[in-house]
Amino acid sequence: MVTLRINGREHQLDGLDPEMPLLWALRDHLGLTGTRFGCGKGQCGACTIHVDGKATRACMYPIGSLGERTVTTIEGLASQADQALQDAWVEHQVPQCGYCQAGQIMTAAELLANNPTPDDEAIDTAMSGNLCRCGTYQRIRAAIKTAAIKTAGAKR
Amino acid sequence: MAGGIERKSINRTHGPDAPHGEFHRVGKRARKVDGIGKATGQAVYADDIQLPGMLHAKTLRSPHPHARIVSIDTSKAEALPGVHGVITGADMPTKYGVIPWTPDENALAVDRVRFVGDEVAAVAAVDEDTANAALRLIEVEYEVLHPYLDPKESLERHDPAIHEGNKKGNISKHVELEFGDVAAALASSAHVIEDDYAFHGTAHAPIEPHCAVAQAGHDGVLTLWSSTQIPHYVHRALAKVLDIEAHRIRVIQPHLGGAFGGKSDPFYFEFCACLLAMRTGRPVKFLLTREETFYTHRGRHPMDMHFKTGCDADGKITAVDSKILIDGGSYSSFGLVTTYYAGQLLCGPCHFPTYRFDSTRVFTNKPPCGPKRGHGSVQPRFALEIQLDRLATKVGLDPIEFRRRNFQGSNVETVNGQTVTSNGFVECLDTIETASGWKDKRGKLPRGRGIGMAGSMYISGTNYAVYPNDMPQAGIVVKLDRSGLAMVYTGTSDIGQGSSSVMATIVAEELGLRMDQVRVVAADTDLTPVDLGAYSSRITLMAGNAAVDASRKLRKQVQEAVGEHLDVPAGRVILADGWAFDAQDGDKRIPSREAFELAESKFETLAAAGSYNTPERGGDYRGGTIGASPAYSFTAHAAEVEVDFETGEIHVEKVWIAHDCGRAISPVQVEGQIEGSTYMGVAEVALEDHAVFDDPAHPEAGLHMRPSLLEYTIPTSVDTPELEAHIIESIDPEGPYGAKEAGEGPLHGSLPAVANAIYDATGVWMTKLPFTPGKVLAALRAHESGTPTGEEA
Repeated sequence: MVTLRINGREHQLDGLDPEMPLLWALRDHLGLTGTRFGCGKGQCGACTIHVDGKATRACMYPIGSLGERTVTTIEGLASQADQALQDAWVEHQVPQCGYCQAGQIMTAAELLANNPTPDDEAIDTAMSGNLCRCGTYQRIRAAIKTAAIKTAGAKR
Repeated sequence: MAGGIERKSINRTHGPDAPHGEFHRVGKRARKVDGIGKATGQAVYADDIQLPGMLHAKTLRSPHPHARIVSIDTSKAEALPGVHGVITGADMPTKYGVIPWTPDENALAVDRVRFVGDEVAAVAAVDEDTANAALRLIEVEYEVLHPYLDPKESLERHDPAIHEGNKKGNISKHVELEFGDVAAALASSAHVIEDDYAFHGTAHAPIEPHCAVAQAGHDGVLTLWSSTQIPHYVHRALAKVLDIEAHRIRVIQPHLGGAFGGKSDPFYFEFCACLLAMRTGRPVKFLLTREETFYTHRGRHPMDMHFKTGCDADGKITAVDSKILIDGGSYSSFGLVTTYYAGQLLCGPCHFPTYRFDSTRVFTNKPPCGPKRGHGSVQPRFALEIQLDRLATKVGLDPIEFRRRNFQGSNVETVNGQTVTSNGFVECLDTIETASGWKDKRGKLPRGRGIGMAGSMYISGTNYAVYPNDMPQAGIVVKLDRSGLAMVYTGTSDIGQGSSSVMATIVAEELGLRMDQVRVVAADTDLTPVDLGAYSSRITLMAGNAAVDASRKLRKQVQEAVGEHLDVPAGRVILADGWAFDAQDGDKRIPSREAFELAESKFETLAAAGSYNTPERGGDYRGGTIGASPAYSFTAHAAEVEVDFETGEIHVEKVWIAHDCGRAISPVQVEGQIEGSTYMGVAEVALEDHAVFDDPAHPEAGLHMRPSLLEYTIPTSVDTPELEAHIIESIDPEGPYGAKEAGEGPLHGSLPAVANAIYDATGVWMTKLPFTPGKVLAALRAHESGTPTGEEA
C-alpha cells in the first residue's frame, strides 16, 4: 500500500511497485492526465509537477520515495497567482499544440512563488528545462510577466 | 497526378470583403477555442484515453539495417502469462503508402527489414512490462544483407535492391525538368555562381510521442483514436490493409501534441492497434517511447545539392540550374512529392526566365524520411538564397535590392507554369529592411557580427489530393439551432496550428456570433465531412472557403427570416456580435438566438454543408500539377548573428520575419506560426542533426546517433533568438477573405538568412549544414589563409 498526497487529497494505492514513476501513478491509476509523458527520462519537462512546492519531473520520481511529501499537479493549481498564470497563458495565446504547457505552467508557478518579479534572464533560466517544440518561449516569457504584474497588483 | 480527372467548377462564394461591411471577428486578437483546455491540462490527447480492459502494446524492431527474415517464432511470447496477442508481418501482408503510387510499406515486416528499428512484431499484454518481456521471447532469425548507408552508393549499386522488384534499382524517384534553354542562358550570363550545398537531415521531435488506441466494438465498428494529422488517409489505409469496409471504421484525432509533418503518414502502430484489438476483443494502446519516435522519423530529407545560378550585368537573374541527390531512407512515404518539391517550389518570389532541376531520391537503410514543415523546399531554398546573395555581391547590389530587382510580381505565371495570384513579397522586403535597421547594419557591423536576409514562397495547399478524385478537398457542416449555438463539424486536424479557431472565427463572422456561440467538432470520420488533413498548409484556404460556403447558405436563411420579422428587406439585415439588426435602424434588433428561431420556423431544421475544391492549376507537363496551389505565401527573413572566432559558435541574436499570409484571419495565431516556423528553422542551422552511424563496418551501423532529447538537441528558451513577426496582407482572390497559408512558409528563409548573415559577419560563405563550431572554425581558418570557399565562375 502506498499513500500519495496529491492536490490536497490522500490516495491509497494497492499493489503498485514502489519503483513506479509518479507519472504513471498519476496518469494510469488516478486519472490525472494533465501531466504528460514526453520522454520518460527527465529531458523534456512535459511531466513537471510540484513535490513540496518544488518543480519536479514526475517521470523520474519513484512513488516509493515520496514519503510524506505532498504533490501538486496542473489539476491542483489553485492559488490566485496560479490562476493568474493560467489566465495569462490563454490571454497571450501561448499554447499551440499545448502538450508541454502544463509542465511549463508548473515550472512558471514555482518561479513566481520564489521570485514574484522575474526579469527575462531569470525567466529564461528557470524555464530552460521545459522544451516546447511549437517555439512559444517568448510568449511564455510575456505571460509570466503579465501574471507577475497581476499577482503583485492583487496583493497590494 | 490529376490522372485525367476533370475538375468541376465549384461556385466559389468567398470574397475578400467582410460579409457585413466590416469585420467583427476576422482579424481580431481573439482567444483560441482550445486555449483554456490546454492551459489547465484538460485537453485530451491520445495517451489520455483510458478504456476499461485496455491492453498495452509494444513493438519488436529490427537490430539490423538490412536483413532478410528467415524465420520468426512467437510461441514463447504467446505463452507468457498476461500476453493477449502477438502479430507479425504475415498477419497484414497488404502493402500501403500515403502516396497511392508507391505502396512499399507493411505494417510489420514481411520477409525483409530495411532499417534499424523496422517493425517486426507486436505484442499486446496487460501492461507494458509484460509486453516488453514477451518481445524478448520472440525468436527471429535474420540473414544480414549489405546495408546501404550512403546515398551515393544507392545511386550506383542495387544488388541486393532495398525494395526487391524496383525497376529503378535503389532509386525511389527521379525527376528532370527544364524550362527554357538553361545552358544558353548561363553561357551568356555576366555572372554565374556555382557551388555545392548540403542539408543534413532533421527530425520533427514533437513533445507528444506517437500514440494510438483502438477498440473493436460489439456493434462491428472499429474505432481508432490516433495522434495523426491525416485521419482521412489513415481511414482509407486501414480499410485497405485490414480488408474491412471503410464504413465500419471510425478514426478520431484527439488533441494533437505537435506534428510538423511527422504524423502525416499512416503508421504501423495504427494498423497493429486495430488488428490486436480485433483479435483480443479488448482495447489496445500503443504509446511510442521517445527513442522509437526517432526511428519512426519521416523527418526532413538530407540533400546534396549542386546549384548554378546566373545573372546579367544589371543583376537580373538569367538561369537557375540544380542537381539534387536526396537520401530518402528506407521507404517512399511522400518521397515522390518530395522529389518534385525540391525543384518545383523555388520559382518565386524572384523571377527567372530559365530553370532546370534534376532531383533523385534514393533508398538507403536508414529511418524513412518524409515531410517536415516546409516539405521538400527548405533544403533547395537554402542553396538558392545563398546563390542569390553571392550574385548580389558580384554585381555590387544590396541583397534586398537584388531581390526587389528580380521580383516576379503579382498575377503572373512562374517559369514552371504555376499561377501566382497575390504576392506581397516587396512589402515583406520593405518591412524587414525597416524593422531590422538593415541599412545601418549591413556591411557596417563590427567583425564577427552580421546581418543577412532571404526570401521564400510556399503553397497554400496542394492543388490535387494524393489520390485522384473529383470530390471536394474540404467539406464542412454547420448546424444552427434554437439555443443560439452554431455547431461546426469539420474534418480538419487542429495540430496546434489553430485550425479549429480559424473555422470558428469564420463561422462567427458570417453568422454574426460571439466566439462563445460557436463550437467546433473536428477530425472524427464518423461525425465530420471529409477534409484531406493538416498537410501542405492547406486548411485555412481550403476548409476556410468551405466554412464560408456553408455559413453563407445559413446566413441567407437567417437574414430572410429576420427581414420578414422586422419588415425590412433581407439584404438590410446585419448579423454581428450576437445580434441581428436593421442596417438602417440599429434599434430594430433581436438576439441571434431569436433570429435562429425565426429561421428555423420558416425553413425548418437549420444545417448546411459547404465544400471547397481547387481551381484548375499547374503546368502542362508530366508533374506540372505537383507544386500547383491556389495561392502562394511569401516571406522575407532578416537575421542578425554573432560569430565567435575563438569557438566557431554561431549565436542568432534576432530574426525579423515579414510574412504575406493574404489576410490574417487570426493575427495572433499567424504570428505564432511565424515565430514557431522560424524557431524551428534556425534550430536546423547548427543545433539539430538527425544522423545514423553510416559506416557499414561500424558495429553500430544504421543506429541513430542521437535518439533522445538530450542528444538530439532541440532549442530551449535560452537557445531561441528573439523573433519579431510582421504580417503582410496581400488579400488573395482565392482564399477566404483573401487568406493564404502561414504555417510552413515562414520556416524557409530562416536557414539561408543565417548563412548570409555569417557572410556579412565573417566574409565566409557557409554552405554545408549543420554549421557546427568545428566546421565554422575550419571555414574561418581557410578563409584567413586565403583558400577560397566555393567555386566561382
